[in-house]
Amino acid sequence: MTELLQQVINGLSLGAIYALIALGYTMVYGVLRFINFAHSDVFMLGAFTAFYSSRAMGRWGFASGGFLGGLLVLVISMAACAAVGILIERLAYRPLRKRSTLTVLITAIGVSLLLQNGGQMVFGVNPKAFPNIFPSQTFKLGGLVINSNQLVVLGVALALLTALHWIVQRTRIGTAMRAVSFNATAASLVGIDTNRIISFTFGLGSALAGAGGVLYGMNYPSIEPLMGNSPGLKAFIAAVLGGIGSLPGAALGGMVLGFVETGVSGTRWSTYRDAVAFAILIGILLFRPAGLLGRNRIEKV
Amino acid sequence: MKRSMSDHLTGNPVARGHRLSWLLLGWLMLTVGCRREPSSSTVSTVEPIRIGEFSSLTGPLAGLGQYTHMGVVLAAEQINAAGGVLGRPIEVIAEDTGSKAGTAAPLVRKLISRDHVVAIVGEGASGRCLEGAYVAQGAGVPVVSPAATDPQVTSVGDCIFRVCYTDPFQGTVVAKFVRQNLGLRRVGLLVDTGSSYSVGLVDFFRKRFLADGGEIAGEQRYTSGDKDFRGQLTALKATRPEAIFAPCYFGEAALILRQARELGIEVPLLGGDGWEAPELVEIAGPAAEGAMFPVHFSVSSTAESSRRFVDQFTARFHKAPTGVSALGYDALQLLADAMHRAGSTASPAIRQALSTTRGWTGVTGEISLDEERNARKPATIVRVEKGQLTFVCTVTP
Repeated sequence: MTELLQQVINGLSLGAIYALIALGYTMVYGVLRFINFAHSDVFMLGAFTAFYSSRAMGRWGFASGGFLGGLLVLVISMAACAAVGILIERLAYRPLRKRSTLTVLITAIGVSLLLQNGGQMVFGVNPKAFPNIFPSQTFKLGGLVINSNQLVVLGVALALLTALHWIVQRTRIGTAMRAVSFNATAASLVGIDTNRIISFTFGLGSALAGAGGVLYGMNYPSIEPLMGNSPGLKAFIAAVLGGIGSLPGAALGGMVLGFVETGVSGTRWSTYRDAVAFAILIGILLFRPAGLLGRNRIEKV
Repeated sequence: MKRSMSDHLTGNPVARGHRLSWLLLGWLMLTVGCRREPSSSTVSTVEPIRIGEFSSLTGPLAGLGQYTHMGVVLAAEQINAAGGVLGRPIEVIAEDTGSKAGTAAPLVRKLISRDHVVAIVGEGASGRCLEGAYVAQGAGVPVVSPAATDPQVTSVGDCIFRVCYTDPFQGTVVAKFVRQNLGLRRVGLLVDTGSSYSVGLVDFFRKRFLADGGEIAGEQRYTSGDKDFRGQLTALKATRPEAIFAPCYFGEAALILRQARELGIEVPLLGGDGWEAPELVEIAGPAAEGAMFPVHFSVSSTAESSRRFVDQFTARFHKAPTGVSALGYDALQLLADAMHRAGSTASPAIRQALSTTRGWTGVTGEISLDEERNARKPATIVRVEKGQLTFVCTVTP
């Protein structure tokens, strides 16, 4: 029983991170109908921004191990990633807006390789130790062990999901995002600046990826320029699983994947972990081709 | 996706975007292309002796490859400063496998057919070394691997040598150490099924540990590149082992150590030589305390030649060497010595001279190559104490 509960806690913290990354994939798909493969590398940049900014803050005399310092690092990373995301869209994707989706898709793979290899040149190839940006403590409840980092991951992820929901559903710009997603031409006819909305979407998605990178670094404190590959792929699966284009779907897909992965890891079939994840994906796509919550058109961003 | 594709197909290409995308593509190709690092400056007009090297200079195993490469570079610089081999300087041509499977064979083929290298310093990771070894064996070019410990590597053929001990030896040594020196009976295993190194070590550990009256409490598996081991560790914890043996490379090891301690696993954690890297302690922090593993070379060694190597390495690269740096250094020095002994730089002559190496003194100790072309030497077990690798004991199987 203790073991099961422990696995649930482990699964929650992993799933929350997948959910954050998956949201970025799904939002960009929602407005542009293409998969931004560079998303997982923006995630990597988030982790590295946190690494360097917490170092810089240490040098300037801020206590980066405190709660406020940690939040500041998180905000800096999110802002930097949002800027990078907007820049990538402006430089690489916007010039190709009128081309076929395939062209943009291949460009996205190119941008991804550029960031990975550029990262290896700039940051170095060796894994780096991610600093403790939040005060770290381990709580024991009977046989259960919970690390405060896991709680922070969950808390931050929940807060961001709520904030995102609010932005998309309650604000003017969120309404505009949904309009562009629904029909870009019609949206521009009623006076919505499509380019601005697309930039905003990239910024928002990239900020979430940046936050995901910081949380991932806290949970698995070894960061390197290729660290985005595996979680990026998993988050993409999560987005498809939940129904690509659907925000609650991405969050749900991330959680499901996190649970399945930790669940399978604890059994003797642990090496089939990815196989099980993919099998579930195939199963769901067979019976619900739009994904778990894919048909929920109202939620499309 | 189909619908949106046809939407976009009707649009006109924008000229500026066109140019930008080509620019981006060009930049991309530049960064993706192989990076060659000529290692030593050759001032002499004499034709240099070309020696190939293939290592994981980038990617997840870059730590291993970079440290090995630095050892090779240092050896080449020292050999050249001392007048080279047979009056000719050495030129090391290094290629990067990017830590990926399937990259080594083409690189080795390129080194042999285009660069005409006479000998090769092999990859430290067993999997890639094996891939390259078949090509080199086919071409009759001798390979000396610094740190490939998989027994299969040298069994590829009579051209493949190594200056380190092997997995059977390591696995056996750790099993003996746990059973006899630590006196423990129940051990949990954590295996990386994506790495022949990890699987090999665990196999030989199990064989010896069971033969010595030990018991395997539980076995859990993962695949290379994983970052989350909490599932496996939670399951292992439930089997109440007295120690956990988790051979892998340091990137995974550091996370395993941290997550194990976070989950309240207090028993000793042991690994293989792949655990040795400054990053292990850096990333795992206090969680690394008490971790034990065999090494090829202890930086705190008091032997004269080892001390000199540590000093020279630190002066050249501004950081302390690891075991693989010393092995990389020894691999190239041994090749140079073989050329001296052979009085020739022809591949068959080098191979012949290598095979008769007996009692050659390198910085990792005295090396004799046996008839299976493996180095025979005892293993040193170290323990992490206050962030430093401290000598525990020397074990022979």
